[in-house]
Amino acid sequence: MLELALQIAFTLIGLSLLMNIVRLIRGPSLPDRILTLDTIYINSLALLILLGLWHNTAFYFEAALLIAMLGFIGTVAAAKFLLRGDIIE
Amino acid sequence: MNTLPQWAELLVSFFIILGASFTFIGSLGLLRLPDFMARLHAPTKATTLGVGGIIIGSMLYFSLSDTLSLHELLIAIFLFLTAPISAHLLAKAGLHLELKLTDNTRDLRKKPEQYSDKDS
Amino acid sequence: MNKLLPAPWWSLFLLVFWLLLQNTVSFGAALMGTILAIVIPLYTHRARDYRVTLHRPLVAGQYFIILLGDIVVSNFNIAAIILRPRKSIQPALIEFPLEISGSVPITVLASTISLTPGTISAELGRDGRSLLIHALNVTDADAAIEQIKRRYERRLKEIFQC
Repeated sequence: MLELALQIAFTLIGLSLLMNIVRLIRGPSLPDRILTLDTIYINSLALLILLGLWHNTAFYFEAALLIAMLGFIGTVAAAKFLLRGDIIE
Repeated sequence: MNTLPQWAELLVSFFIILGASFTFIGSLGLLRLPDFMARLHAPTKATTLGVGGIIIGSMLYFSLSDTLSLHELLIAIFLFLTAPISAHLLAKAGLHLELKLTDNTRDLRKKPEQYSDKDS
Repeated sequence: MNKLLPAPWWSLFLLVFWLLLQNTVSFGAALMGTILAIVIPLYTHRARDYRVTLHRPLVAGQYFIILLGDIVVSNFNIAAIILRPRKSIQPALIEFPLEISGSVPITVLASTISLTPGTISAELGRDGRSLLIHALNVTDADAAIEQIKRRYERRLKEIFQC
């Protein structure tokens, strides 16, 4: 039961990642691409949590937390760059 | 995988499927919606709640199969705190670059110069 | 506030954060968490150039629960909009006149707007008296503004007394 649910969830998130890649390629503008990268890191974080469930271990938790933090900082830095033309003011 | 009672498996499965569906809908919105500002809505809301659902499922699974485990909650808190901030910054960037909006967007700004960071 | 705990809510948050990170409630973890919760605010509170006091913690709790409920509702709305044919949405850029002041309350309000049904805060006006909101699907802009005012801004005004 849980196994089947996990497989469905893996499929759904895999499909979301594929759709994100389509948007990443099509653009059309830079903010769109940054938004897509933002979505990609959140989706891969979800995938990592599901993997932790699948292998029945809590070891992936730290990795997921680190992805969340670094991904956020990356998005903010990229958005800042678009706004100001440089990152550190 | 550990064996859980039937009701617990159902509950965990429900949250995982719900979360994954929302994540899927978020990405679908990213692909389908017509302009940048509209696309911004899909990932910030749907994807955040989707990951939230998956995290609730994971928390329930580890808590019910072993000892109480709440540390996944940190990821959820962090995502819910940061999603509006990155959305706000990206919206600012979109406005700054004056991206084209769809034709049926109504601009109800009374004083547009209030919101541009160009020097006047 | 007293000298030892310049920001009690923040210290409590740090302690809970540490315990969650350790994923246990043992004596050692609690002791370390308490030390961190006292030392970190003492070391960094001079760098915070804003002062904020929660005047009504109960209302803040109520606000939090309303917000959680609204996040779930907003997601079903967004899902319905995404799954609909694409040309039928009516986006709008709305100006939202702010009644509250101060950087923390406005930040909380802007974040709330971004997380709740169909709206994203895009920009704070130059004079700090209005927010620019992008709404995904709205027919009556005044009603949307009225709802945000009634549901969130009134409560924030009560919580922060600003």
